[in-house]
Amino acid sequence: MILGEFLLVAVLAVPALGAVVVAAIPHDRAARVVGVVVAALTLLATLPLPAGRERGWFAYAPLPPSPEASVAIHPWHQVDAPWVPGLDLRFHLGVDGISWPLVVLTALLTLLCCYYTLWKVPEGSSGRALVALLLVVEVGILGTFLAFDLVLFFVFFEVVLLPMYAVIAGWGGPDRRRAARKFALYTLFGSVLLLVGVFVVVAAAGTADLLALTGSAGMSRGTQLAAFTLLALAFAVKSPLWPLHSWLPDAHTQAPTVGSVILAGVLLKMGTYGLIRIAVGVAPEGARWAAPVLGVLAVAAILVGGLVCLAQTELKRLIAYSSVGHMGFVLLGIATLTATGLQAALIGNVAHGVITGLLFFLAGAVKDRTHTGDLGDLSGLRETAPRLAGLLGFAAVASLGLPGLAGFWGEAFVVVAAVQVGGALWTTLAVLAAVGGALTAAYFLRLLRQVTHGRPSPAVARLTPGLAGAELAAWAPLVLLALAVGLAPTLVLGVAEAPVDALLEVLP
Amino acid sequence: MSARSELASPAVANIADTVSARSELASPAVANIADTVSVVQSVDNVALLPAYLAAGTAVLVLLADLLVARARVTVVAAALGATATVVGAVLVGSGGERRTFCVGSDCSYVFDGRAALVAVVVALLTLGVLGLSGPLLRDGTSPAGEYCFLLAASMTGGVVLGAAGDLITLIVALETLTLPLYVLVGLRRGSLASIEAAVTFFVVSVVATTLTLLGAALLYAATGALHLGRLGALFAERPELLDLPLTTAAVALVVLGLAFKVAAVPFHAWAPATYDGAPLPVAAYLSTASKLGGVVALLAVVQRALPAEVTGPVLALLAVLTMTVGNLVALRQRRTVRLLAWSSVAQAGYILAPLGALALAAGRTDDARAAAYAAAVAYAVFFVVLELGAFAAVVALRPAGAAGGTLDDLRGAARRRPWPAVALALALIGLAGLPPGLAGLFAKVTVVRSLLDGGAGWLALVVAVNAVIGLAYYLKVTAALWAAPVPGGVAGPAASGPGEPVPVGPVPAPAVRAWSVAAVLVAATAAALVLGVAPQLVLDLAAR
Repeated sequence: MILGEFLLVAVLAVPALGAVVVAAIPHDRAARVVGVVVAALTLLATLPLPAGRERGWFAYAPLPPSPEASVAIHPWHQVDAPWVPGLDLRFHLGVDGISWPLVVLTALLTLLCCYYTLWKVPEGSSGRALVALLLVVEVGILGTFLAFDLVLFFVFFEVVLLPMYAVIAGWGGPDRRRAARKFALYTLFGSVLLLVGVFVVVAAAGTADLLALTGSAGMSRGTQLAAFTLLALAFAVKSPLWPLHSWLPDAHTQAPTVGSVILAGVLLKMGTYGLIRIAVGVAPEGARWAAPVLGVLAVAAILVGGLVCLAQTELKRLIAYSSVGHMGFVLLGIATLTATGLQAALIGNVAHGVITGLLFFLAGAVKDRTHTGDLGDLSGLRETAPRLAGLLGFAAVASLGLPGLAGFWGEAFVVVAAVQVGGALWTTLAVLAAVGGALTAAYFLRLLRQVTHGRPSPAVARLTPGLAGAELAAWAPLVLLALAVGLAPTLVLGVAEAPVDALLEVLP
Repeated sequence: MSARSELASPAVANIADTVSARSELASPAVANIADTVSVVQSVDNVALLPAYLAAGTAVLVLLADLLVARARVTVVAAALGATATVVGAVLVGSGGERRTFCVGSDCSYVFDGRAALVAVVVALLTLGVLGLSGPLLRDGTSPAGEYCFLLAASMTGGVVLGAAGDLITLIVALETLTLPLYVLVGLRRGSLASIEAAVTFFVVSVVATTLTLLGAALLYAATGALHLGRLGALFAERPELLDLPLTTAAVALVVLGLAFKVAAVPFHAWAPATYDGAPLPVAAYLSTASKLGGVVALLAVVQRALPAEVTGPVLALLAVLTMTVGNLVALRQRRTVRLLAWSSVAQAGYILAPLGALALAAGRTDDARAAAYAAAVAYAVFFVVLELGAFAAVVALRPAGAAGGTLDDLRGAARRRPWPAVALALALIGLAGLPPGLAGLFAKVTVVRSLLDGGAGWLALVVAVNAVIGLAYYLKVTAALWAAPVPGGVAGPAASGPGEPVPVGPVPAPAVRAWSVAAVLVAATAAALVLGVAPQLVLDLAAR
């Protein structure tokens, strides 16, 4: 379908060209306005992508057997053009139910961040440079989600690295340089492993086409184990999986608000998406082999994340560590290698992006107003800033997984999936993950008690109750999405069901 | 010097002729060969055209300096000559392989696709370095006539090098490339550092050449052959030659002598001191054209002459040491050129890495070998483009005729000179192998891919981990460009703190604004960007 191909290219071309234009406009505010328009156009281009796919939103019937029935991915649209034949690199883009929710989430969060920057530029360099970098990061993330060629996937995976480094190093907190360097080196370590893993696969299979590779394309068991180990390590750094997570708290804490939102909201999802799409899809035997290890590490991440959060005294750091726990749930879902687990992982991904994005926006707002993130200096927020306190309460409750809000589905059904797998190991993991869920509730309630309740601290007492219009406009879509995904999880699951089933069919 | 190289090739051919005549004394062809030993050998002058043009450039520069004696005319003459060499090499190279100075099937001069690529790249690099030298020659720090002559003579060596078909031509060409550089490094009036650098470079390089020559002599003693192709065929036909201790020693000497030239660890110690002491454009030439020459020579002997079973493990070890040591030491550098020097040591490791795949049997199949050689050439080309860009940007950011200075001198450069700073950042990030320096990214991808095709996954992992170490210092320089300037550093005496010594003497001259430097910078950056979007151009040329 021509329109679909056009949209796929536009989703990448619009922000890429937009970034150049924004950087070239000398007037700062005009450049930022252009950036917002570009981000909005990108979001508009992502929304109609499901149009023209073969099946409706709520239809769960299996696909009619297609000519290429062995293919485990059925992209709605794709674009395929040669780029560097010498390296097996093709410009092959596509979108399906696994990637589309993440694509929309990325475009939405970037738009909100650009809009937020229109209202408030964090201290550092010029606002237009920040907007341009955000757009470049968007190109990288969207490209990663859309790439159907392993080498192209790697290239886009790398594109994100330095612009994000620059965002942290240019506009971050007092310790930004160290945090940014740590982020860059850690994630580069991940992506060079990805590079080696990708070419282990390409050398063994002779192709880098994801459509042909998914389902292992006749690679030997040894190759699959090696490939999965390399790829899983690469994605574990990005996701991040305990014990490779230590770049995350520093980066998230030091990054400017918009940087934290993008980092937590969508950048981490490149890891989990890659794990599902590339690592599990390309090396299924390796995935089966490594699943218990992955599961144990994921549960360790949940518990460690929860316990560390209980002892945290800094607002942004606490939210950052909560990401380690939440991503642990997502990874546990992937490790189960069941339909329920993978679906839970996908919806957990989206929910975490929406809720943690909102949490970081709110934490940024609190820090900007009180000039402190220390929980000891914050209390009684509901007395002086009731709306902010209410939103923080909503986000925290959503994040701890209250039924009816987005966070619930992912985490509850990951536990269900682990129980369904059965056996002593997985049952234990399920129980421990459930305990981790309780820890999540404990630390978020502790956070709320400290920050919103009690007598206003001197830092909080100065606050005024009002919220800026721009803030409300940036946060409202996230609040609504958290509600919408919570009440109608089929928004995500409806599109993800068919591709997940197709993926599971090729698993041994 | 150029005259010497012109004379050298036929002379060498004659020596080679007598050599093979002696080794085939029993054959009935002796009479014919004895005829060809006389001077009436048919010479394919078209094949030699690029070499003639390069040598002619040197002569032209000498004449221009003698007759007109104006720096500008001399430089323009050199630039025209280099351009003519590029055109000549492209024209001859596009016409298919041409050989000359042949004895039977063995030829001393083979101008094939790779030779054309090397000649074009060397001539272009010379052109670039000439552009960078503009400010240096204008203020009279270095004498223009000598400077341009030596550069052109060195270019002649580089042009012949790619086409060298026997060990002696190869070594003579490599020496013609290097010899003028001893002088060039020291060619800065009143600079002790330059002299020191020149002496270090001279001593180390002469020792290296001696080693290579000794190796070549021993190889001749063991096999009776000097032509690269003949040696390769002999080793393939008579594997028992490899059991001779003499052969192993000879191979090792040749490889190690050439490893000096590419500054591979542990034969690298001369490079940082030499680069840092040399004038900036000469350092740029050393780390691009001269390094490329070493790589081409090494590649020629490894690919065509020496047995991969012996060279493979040596090269794998050299590659691992070179990239790891180069990167680790670069982390600690505070001076810009030293940092670039150590980084280029590390980059030499990446160039050698694909050849390390020859250590394993899986890496010695025909396909894997071809891929490894192509990857090494491709990486070298990507590297010289980015490296020239980095040096051009440093020249543009520094005062006219100044040395590289420290990293602190570059702090905040982006606020004063945004465009050169962006170009420097792009080149450094490309050297680190990350987007937006896509050329560097594809260079790394090429190396890793060839290693995995050759079954050398462990070496690919070493390359990968080294890329991470490399990013640490490339990022340090790049971040410094956007950092707040150090008080008292570049800002001048007024801004220096109370405890710091106030710089005496005139306020530092403003950074260079020469059009020739800007042109080189733009050209190198544009080339890097184009190769980033279309790396297939280089991959195709490298595979020829």
